[in-house]
Amino acid sequence: MIPTSFDYVRAGSVREALGLLALGDGTKVIAGGHSLLPMMRFRLVQAPKLVDISRLEELRGVQEYKKGLRIGATTTYAELARHPLVRERCPVIAEVAADIADIQVRNRGTIGGSLAHADPASDMPAVMMALDAEFQLRSKKGGRRTARAREFFKGAFVTDMTEEELFTDILVPGMGRNAAVYVSFDSAASGYALAGVCASIGRKRATISDISVAVTGVAEVVFLAGALERMKDTKCDAAVLAAAAKEAVAGLEIAGDVHAPSSYRRHIAEVAIIRAVERAYQRAGA
Amino acid sequence: MATLFGSGIKRREDPRLITGQATYVDDVKLPGLAYAVFARSPYAHAKITRIDVSAARQAPGVIAVYTGADVKDRLVPVPCAWNVPNCDLKIPAHPLLAYDKVRYAGDAVAMVIAETRAQARDAVDLVDVDYEPLRATADPEQATQPGAARLHEEIPDNIGFTWVVSGGDAAAAFQHAEVAVSQRIVQQRLLPTAMEPRAAVAQYNRGSGQLTLWATSQNPHIHRFLCSVMLKLPEHRIRVIAPEVGGGFGSKIPAYPDEALVSFAAMELGIPVKWTEDRSENYKVTIHGRDHIEYVEMCGTRDGKITGIRTRVYAGLGAYASTAAPGIPTILHGLVYSGSYMIPNIHGTIYGVYTNGTPVDAYRGAGRPEAAYLIERLVDIFARKIGMDPIEVRRRNFIPKDKFPYTVATGLIYDSGNYEAALDKALGILDLKAFRAEQAKARKDGRYLGMGLVSYIEICGLGPSQVAGAVGFGGGLYDSAIVRVYPTGVVKVYIGASPHGQGEETTFAQIVASEFGYPVENVEIIHGDTDNTPQGWGTYGSRTTAVCGSAVKVAALRVKEKAKLLAAHLLEANEADLEWKDDAFRVKGSPDKAKGMAELALMANVAWNMPPGMEPGLEATAFFDPTNFVYPFGTHICTVEVDEQTGQVKILRYIAVDDCGPPINPMIVDGQIHGGVIQGIGEGLQEIAVYDEEAQLVTGTMMDYAVPKASQMPHIEVAHTITPSPVNPLGVKGCGEAGTIASAACLVNAVCDALAPLGITHIDKPLTPARVWAAIQKAKGATP
Ligand SMILES: Cc1cc2nc3c(=O)[nH]c(=O)nc-3n(C[C@H](O)[C@H](O)[C@H](O)COP(=O)(O)OP(=O)(O)OC[C@H]3O[C@@H](n4cnc5c(N)ncnc54)[C@H](O)[C@@H]3O)c2cc1C
Repeated sequence: MIPTSFDYVRAGSVREALGLLALGDGTKVIAGGHSLLPMMRFRLVQAPKLVDISRLEELRGVQEYKKGLRIGATTTYAELARHPLVRERCPVIAEVAADIADIQVRNRGTIGGSLAHADPASDMPAVMMALDAEFQLRSKKGGRRTARAREFFKGAFVTDMTEEELFTDILVPGMGRNAAVYVSFDSAASGYALAGVCASIGRKRATISDISVAVTGVAEVVFLAGALERMKDTKCDAAVLAAAAKEAVAGLEIAGDVHAPSSYRRHIAEVAIIRAVERAYQRAGA
Repeated sequence: MATLFGSGIKRREDPRLITGQATYVDDVKLPGLAYAVFARSPYAHAKITRIDVSAARQAPGVIAVYTGADVKDRLVPVPCAWNVPNCDLKIPAHPLLAYDKVRYAGDAVAMVIAETRAQARDAVDLVDVDYEPLRATADPEQATQPGAARLHEEIPDNIGFTWVVSGGDAAAAFQHAEVAVSQRIVQQRLLPTAMEPRAAVAQYNRGSGQLTLWATSQNPHIHRFLCSVMLKLPEHRIRVIAPEVGGGFGSKIPAYPDEALVSFAAMELGIPVKWTEDRSENYKVTIHGRDHIEYVEMCGTRDGKITGIRTRVYAGLGAYASTAAPGIPTILHGLVYSGSYMIPNIHGTIYGVYTNGTPVDAYRGAGRPEAAYLIERLVDIFARKIGMDPIEVRRRNFIPKDKFPYTVATGLIYDSGNYEAALDKALGILDLKAFRAEQAKARKDGRYLGMGLVSYIEICGLGPSQVAGAVGFGGGLYDSAIVRVYPTGVVKVYIGASPHGQGEETTFAQIVASEFGYPVENVEIIHGDTDNTPQGWGTYGSRTTAVCGSAVKVAALRVKEKAKLLAAHLLEANEADLEWKDDAFRVKGSPDKAKGMAELALMANVAWNMPPGMEPGLEATAFFDPTNFVYPFGTHICTVEVDEQTGQVKILRYIAVDDCGPPINPMIVDGQIHGGVIQGIGEGLQEIAVYDEEAQLVTGTMMDYAVPKASQMPHIEVAHTITPSPVNPLGVKGCGEAGTIASAACLVNAVCDALAPLGITHIDKPLTPARVWAAIQKAKGATP
């Protein structure tokens, strides 16, 4: 488990980091290192140089952003899990962060790292999709731009980002009347989701006025389950929900692996959708 | 201090282990140390047509590169040390580095030595090997079928042995039985996953001709012997040191090529060489456990009497016969088919099968969990068939407590037992009535609750050496201790066994300190260095306390005997007039005339005033060879709820009642039970080593192999009954493997009980949600 040899630079500023990335020499960003280093140790990634951004204060922390949140890319899971503003304005993020991996990973792993890495079984991408968050990216040549979470994830470990870009912030809109819940069934080995579902639901009395459901772990890439739109204007009717959940995963190509065959994954995704929607519905009514 | 024996004092080894003060093999740093990394086959089965190491030799920092061709005539292949008789055992050569053919993914083809570990690792990528891939299989049943890939030319059907156990007349019993049940059972491959992977540091002194090998070993004396064979170096030129060892679970018993090769390199190059396994390598090349495919049957009467058991077992050996491999599915498995029961007719046929998997050897419980699992599963299936409560079936077949020592149909003589008492105690803790009521109510609500129960026995405390010889074990099974008392009275005890986490530095000190009337601090236990410990056979098979602990006790008593003679002399009393009271030898009737051990130690060590003919010094050596194995037992109960929709199994309660004789340190015993139970629950719920069609290990990292985590495990309620063993002076039995032996079966019994309304009688472990869900779908007539 020894990586190929590489150079290491600790960036003193975002500008310096952007400058190094702009050289286009295969330099990679390292934040918490909890996804990157295992891949380097397996020699699946052989980066000639790493630029460490984990100590850049500019990229870290949580602030108010309109009625929602601005989250710096290098904010760790541990920080998110206990942050009062996150717990108040968008508790699902704190809940998911608190449940990822173990304490060591949560102390080091960053939300920006997870989103940039785009593992198709990781949890946060589904949350960001359901909440319709936006990601701020920056590069030396291209300056700043904003990407919508719902258009960011392109495939397994593939995003809309270029090699030269740095992921700087996440903008989470205010929840308004919505409440969100994340339900996942995890691999006993890795803790990653076999199926993970984030449902964000708004209610007018008993009627669903807004619904977004994102699914991770099941398919090649995290996706928004459009079939659940059908729940709108219903009172979370069980039969409609079951049918919509089935439809949401019906056409998907689902690969089986040692953790679960594809039939089970498909089934468990349905169950996760149903449970997440039911709980979000309850929470929105509380 | 009369209560020290039996008190749950804190483990004395822990402060150094949890504060980073412990020295593991990888912590050994020597001047000029070089590092070894192995180039390993990516194929499970292939011919080697060419190896070119010239580029690797040129790489930065590289000192040497060795291939199979370089070592095959200079080193002896890895020996297998358990030559089980009467089973046509075939042991193919296991070259230290493969040269003509590789037989599993991970088989080493070259060793690179470099100045740093990173340089060695980089150079491994430059070892250029041409392989001609061959068909491969890791399935022990498939490997015996006509047309299967053949691993070793001389073994056309891949069958390494066919071992038969037979007692009574099973054929007749089944022929005339009122009821018979049968089941195909897969006992999956497991990865032992000791927290510390294997490692070795070898240093050779060309001046003295002495080799020192620091190794992750459960049995340094065995490793000394086996290294002496492989290296063709006399035993007294080899010193094996097992410093701190971070768990083994059986995986650090065997001899492997790696340690010998590192020693070879150190001797060739005249510099010390270190090799440290990483986790992926550990999963690939360190032995695996279990790997049985079994066809098992039980027969009996409608009123619940079990009359016979019959098995046909395909036991995977992997690519080569590891050190103890042939003995595991035979002696340690087939011989205990009677379990806790009087089963008059037993027949088992066990095929040891070579496959393209990593070699399989002893893993916690080694053969006995597989036996307990199949017996206890069968009892439940049989009970279901005759419509009787499985608890009642167990009661009707238990060996009654007044029948010990009891000879079972396979010929073993169980030392002592009281199985019903353990069962009753466990049921009392559970409150069976309340649980059954809750279960009935839950079923009405469409919820699936279940209870599993296992009344296991175990054979351990390995064992009498004469038996070891008779069953082909290539060594003795006694153990040894030197108790040495220093002039100031403090004591060092040198033992032949080699604890690596079990806590004997505490329990053995308790034995000696209790005997000498000392606080435990006055006694230190030394182990793990062949240059200062007496010949012993190591720590495995739950033997260390029963066998080596007994040697400690005998040696302590010998010291005390001498001390008493000296006391009589110094007190000018008759030996017969002395008694041991309040931590000293006292003259009966005048208790003030007394000598404690510390004072006697000083007098013995200065030898100013010895009785005529008595030698100076105060120490004794004992070699203890037990007259029989010990047979711990107990009842475990597990209650579960199964989520019908997801197949998830939630453990509600886990109750373990074990009987390992009188506990020397109850806290340590409970810790052993906890660890064992968790390992068995891991086996029952989530652990499985999976190979694909090309015999590639798919679960090669912890991302895919589900080692149990604390957050996944239930609270374990532990209790004991105490039935001393008559075969050793401490009366103790083993407790290291008991938890594992009972718990996998217990869990599967519980889930099958929960799903009984659906007609489910068996699901192969591990009971992952996906498997349980599939079984539920199948039972409901749906295609999963
Ligand atoms: C034992 C373990 C268990 C885990 N379990 C889970 C789990 O249950 N669920 C889950 O979702 N995840 C899990 N993870 C993954 C974890 O969430 C990620 O490792 C972590 O969040 C990634 O963040 P990081 O800061 O460590 O990223 P790094 O490893 O530093 O980087 C990951 C990738 O993102 C890039 N990158 C990082 N930051 C930026 C940035 N600001 N701009 C541009 N590119 C960037 C890097 O170049 C690299 O390619 C687990 C990880 C481990 C080690």
